[in-house]
Amino acid sequence: MSQLIRCNIIPTLGVFQVWRRHFMVWRQTYAASLAGNLGEPLLFLLGMGYGLGRFVGEIGDMPYMHYVAPGILAASAMNNATFEALYGGFTRMTRQNTFHAMLATPLGVSDVVAGEILWAATKSLIAGIAIFLVGSLLGAFPASTALLALPVVFLAGLVFASMGIVVTAISPSYEFFLYYTTLITTPMFLFCGVFYPVSSLPDTVATIARWLPLGHVVSLTRPLATGLPLGNPFLHIFALIVFTLLAYSAAVFFVKRRIIT
Amino acid sequence: MSAIIQAKQILKQYNGVTVVDRISFDVQHGECFGILGPNGAGKTTTMRMIIGLAGVTEGQLHVFGYPMSPEQRLVPPRLGVVSQEDNLDIDLSVSENLLVYGRYFGLSARLIREQIPKLLEFAQLSDRGASPVRELSGGMKRRLVIARSLINNPELVTLDEPTTGLDPQARHLIWQRLRALKEKGTTLLLTTHYMEEAAQICDRLLILNHGQILDQGTPADLIKRHVESEVVEIRGCMLDSDLDCFENLPGRLERVGDTLFCYTHNADSVMAALKDHSALTLLLRPSNLEDVFLKLTGRELRD
Ligand SMILES: Nc1ncnc2c1ncn2[C@@H]1O[C@H](COP(=O)(O)OP(=O)(O)OP(=O)(O)O)[C@@H](O)[C@H]1O
Ligand SMILES: [Mg+2]
Repeated sequence: MSQLIRCNIIPTLGVFQVWRRHFMVWRQTYAASLAGNLGEPLLFLLGMGYGLGRFVGEIGDMPYMHYVAPGILAASAMNNATFEALYGGFTRMTRQNTFHAMLATPLGVSDVVAGEILWAATKSLIAGIAIFLVGSLLGAFPASTALLALPVVFLAGLVFASMGIVVTAISPSYEFFLYYTTLITTPMFLFCGVFYPVSSLPDTVATIARWLPLGHVVSLTRPLATGLPLGNPFLHIFALIVFTLLAYSAAVFFVKRRIIT
Repeated sequence: MSAIIQAKQILKQYNGVTVVDRISFDVQHGECFGILGPNGAGKTTTMRMIIGLAGVTEGQLHVFGYPMSPEQRLVPPRLGVVSQEDNLDIDLSVSENLLVYGRYFGLSARLIREQIPKLLEFAQLSDRGASPVRELSGGMKRRLVIARSLINNPELVTLDEPTTGLDPQARHLIWQRLRALKEKGTTLLLTTHYMEEAAQICDRLLILNHGQILDQGTPADLIKRHVESEVVEIRGCMLDSDLDCFENLPGRLERVGDTLFCYTHNADSVMAALKDHSALTLLLRPSNLEDVFLKLTGRELRD
């Protein structure tokens, strides 16, 4: 713990140069990347919204499509940030030695890690915007406040990217990621209110689900996109910021331990 | 003149295993200093400590007068690093690699734009600026890594095996570039397996084995100190029974596989003594760093 405190976790302005590098690489292949970002959530939106929606009919007073779209927006933020932090981050850290190259310059571990996280969150945002545009065309985001769900998507990206980098830093290989997705992100995907109300779960499970990061994200995106009452948004935002800061500090610590030997 | 790098009794252990064993050396301003050693000797580990990617377990390491540790970031702006394994951005073009790296140093866009053509020229990659790095040959990549390490006009450049795996032409080009850098006053620290490389460009060097320094000095000093001035390589009729006839040669004999090395200060009499053995192939040459290296580190395979 004392080591955790001692390591320098505040990034410098260099973090933006790290972000720019990732952006530059992404630009080379953005078409394929966007297609991937958009494809899967779009399938969910259509399959769940229309397919399942036909059986479910309405939840509360709204069509299932309206209900599920902000859930899918939140889940895609989680999945995109997680994927980038795990597979992209691991490739850069091990295969391409990008982290080592950066650390031979005035950049520090905190810059490299914060740059990764900022970039992964950006990818969540890019995917979120794409889903938002297509979803809007389908009329899936009816409320006038729906646009405000996008900053939440970015915040969600920060949370899940930070958690992802921790996993990347302690993983011996790509296979290890399956533990994380199976034990952490897939359960959140299924139990945190993406597809159905958390309140339909047993009480204890529901409480846990609400407190998991994705639970907070959904608690924000759904009211914003549908116009339902927001409850206490600051509590959720605060919780997400706390998750981000904790995971980020751990990420810096573990990346440092992995690379600076 | 002050030392750019000063290592005093530095020790590095991984999980209790000693990898670098209390070595001391210094690198002076403007010189090219070489670290020679077989695989696993601790060369890369030493480099990593100097550039702050590894902590020192014990001892003192100063670079530009600052105590070196992974925490401090005062040294990197004055440092250029060429690491053993390539770490270019293979998805970006040659010029973009330089641009991105310059930004890491916080250089202005204008300065980077001015630097790029010069660095491309230095690396003989002027016509490849727009090529994706994944299309470059090994030699081109290595040259690019070296050019990239110069983007911040460093006072000290560390190069970990800059020419390993390259063909002779590529290697000679890099040597020429490194000499040009030295002429400009840049201090160089490099590791290598190639004795010719060390002899060609290093002013001073140390030989590392199992983390320990076997000796250090100028190439000429090392040769004088450890081996006789010339060597006759003898091949052919290498049956054990034949060895007797070589016993009286005026030199130190060393047998490696099918070759007998006779290290001597008196090559003429060795050649004269052997002139009647027409079945032998003889090669007389001045002894070199490789002879020193093999004598000090032994001839068996390393890992
Ligand atoms: N992070 C590490 N953890 C544990 N052992 C390590 C680590 N890094 C290096 N070593 C060990 O330290 C020893 C020296 O390694 P090093 O890479 O410094 O050798 P080298 O002289 O550069 O070899 P080569 O010529 O093959 O590059 C080796 O036995 C290696 O296994
Ligand atoms: Mg090495």
